[in-house]
Amino acid sequence: MSEAKGVELDQSIDSTESMAERRARQRRRVLGRVALYGMAVLFAAWVLAPIYLITITAFSPREIVREYPKHLIPREFSADSMSFFVNSEGVYGSLWNSVLVAVITLVLSTLLGAPAGYALARYVFKGRDPYRLVILSTRAFPIVILSIPLAVTFINWGIYDSIWAVAFMHTALAMPFTILITSSIFVSVPHDLEEAALTLGCTPLQAFIRVVMPLALPGLAAASIFTFVLSWNEVFAAVILTLQERTLPAQVLSVLTQSPPHFRFAAAWFLMAPSLVFIFLIRRYLLGLWGRVSR
Amino acid sequence: MKRRLSWTPYILLVPSLAYLAVFFAVPMFQAFGLAFQNVDNEWSLDSWRTMFNDAAFTDALLTTLILIVVIIPVQFVLAMGMALVINAKLKFSGLWLYIYAVPLGISDLAAGIIWYAVFTQQGWLNSVLEQLGFIDRPFIFLSYENQGWLIFAIVLAEAWRATSIIMVILVAGLQGIPRDYLEAADVFGATFWQKVTRVILPLIRPSLQVALILRTILAFQAFAVVIALAGQTITVLSAEGYRWYQDYRDPHVAAAYAALILILSIVSTLLFLWLVPVRQEQTL
Repeated sequence: MSEAKGVELDQSIDSTESMAERRARQRRRVLGRVALYGMAVLFAAWVLAPIYLITITAFSPREIVREYPKHLIPREFSADSMSFFVNSEGVYGSLWNSVLVAVITLVLSTLLGAPAGYALARYVFKGRDPYRLVILSTRAFPIVILSIPLAVTFINWGIYDSIWAVAFMHTALAMPFTILITSSIFVSVPHDLEEAALTLGCTPLQAFIRVVMPLALPGLAAASIFTFVLSWNEVFAAVILTLQERTLPAQVLSVLTQSPPHFRFAAAWFLMAPSLVFIFLIRRYLLGLWGRVSR
Repeated sequence: MKRRLSWTPYILLVPSLAYLAVFFAVPMFQAFGLAFQNVDNEWSLDSWRTMFNDAAFTDALLTTLILIVVIIPVQFVLAMGMALVINAKLKFSGLWLYIYAVPLGISDLAAGIIWYAVFTQQGWLNSVLEQLGFIDRPFIFLSYENQGWLIFAIVLAEAWRATSIIMVILVAGLQGIPRDYLEAADVFGATFWQKVTRVILPLIRPSLQVALILRTILAFQAFAVVIALAGQTITVLSAEGYRWYQDYRDPHVAAAYAALILILSIVSTLLFLWLVPVRQEQTL
């Protein structure tokens, strides 16, 4: 009798202990979550604060840009600095050049790189691994630095100081990524569907265009946007390979030290703004693009 | 995967191989070729001698190395923090990922100017410090006398801009960790810190290795961010290469700088392959 009571008592102690323990664990978990959200907000503030500051600077009237101390809450909106920047000498032409260079880069790297990506994804062949290794190892080289020797070559070819010079360099820069990214995109398109199209009488090319392309298109679009951003942002090769036919970053860099603050800040905002949109468009693909490429 | 006509894949590879041969392999040899020739196109070490004896050379090399040594640990800690937050699957996880990834699309030139707006004499940092009463007149952060602050500003700008690349690679690595491993660690009562150091870090080694290599190569090319923040007061290797090419019109010395950056990049890659070895079965 007393023995049984003892057991009961033991059990009740046991269960109260585990209750306390569970509560402590729960409290710790809640605290952990709160800390995590705190961290998430802190990191977000670290990324967003400079974007906020440059935005209110770029859209303030010139007197306020020069004002000191500055106020964190904008008082007056003005597009003056922005229109001053866009209408400055050389900006409009270089903006157009930037777009052209990025589009040529995009087309060239896709046309030349995507077939290789497809081959890596679909075929087993001798030399597949060495080829992959070569492509992977190009990332261990600072490719843009090669624009110095390329400048000499381009002078001999007569294309120095043209959008083609910059586009060719940017294509070399983008190509390894294009190959690896397109390869991972094609791997994710089920091979069975392609086989089915072939047995139903498609030629390999028809099967590719009718079946593989539509399925691969969203991924390819994301990869294209990525290539576009790469070219839009690149400045070292652009400034080495051009004198007059500047791209936008090259133009901004070459006049940077002689230009007034409101020009610089408007330029920075203008260069930055498209990336906010582009990264938003490809946000779902970011991990796929970079995750697979990094393996 | 199936074998079809055996020559098809080779034909598909030819365009990219040819392109990379012309615009990647050849220029690489040309960089060394140019660097080992003098103005009269004779073989010589003149360009290297000019480079090593140039007053700016030691500064450029040192600054480049200091930037790498300081930036990379800062970025990895930051990126790991962000990656763990993303991987914790909070509410709005898509939004957090987007915000942290935004700098991925921002050029080093834009980032340099953005941080110039913060650090310049009449900039945001001085404004905030003065309004909080820490200083009574603007402090000149970006000047030749304050090399430490210049470096600090460049490090912050680079950490702000280029952490997102590492973060994305690490998140992709984290998502590859089987849930059971972390649950097992929980069952054995591992603390958060133990989980990070004993389970997570060893398992994302391949991602770490790739991120380290990519980041270091990018750091050797740091260029516009330095010019935007420091103008001529601080110089790095790539900026010297640019100066010798554009201002002094000497492609040979410029090529010597390019060759040096190539050599340093290759050495650092080999170093990381050796320091952060990845077992064969992890590379898939």
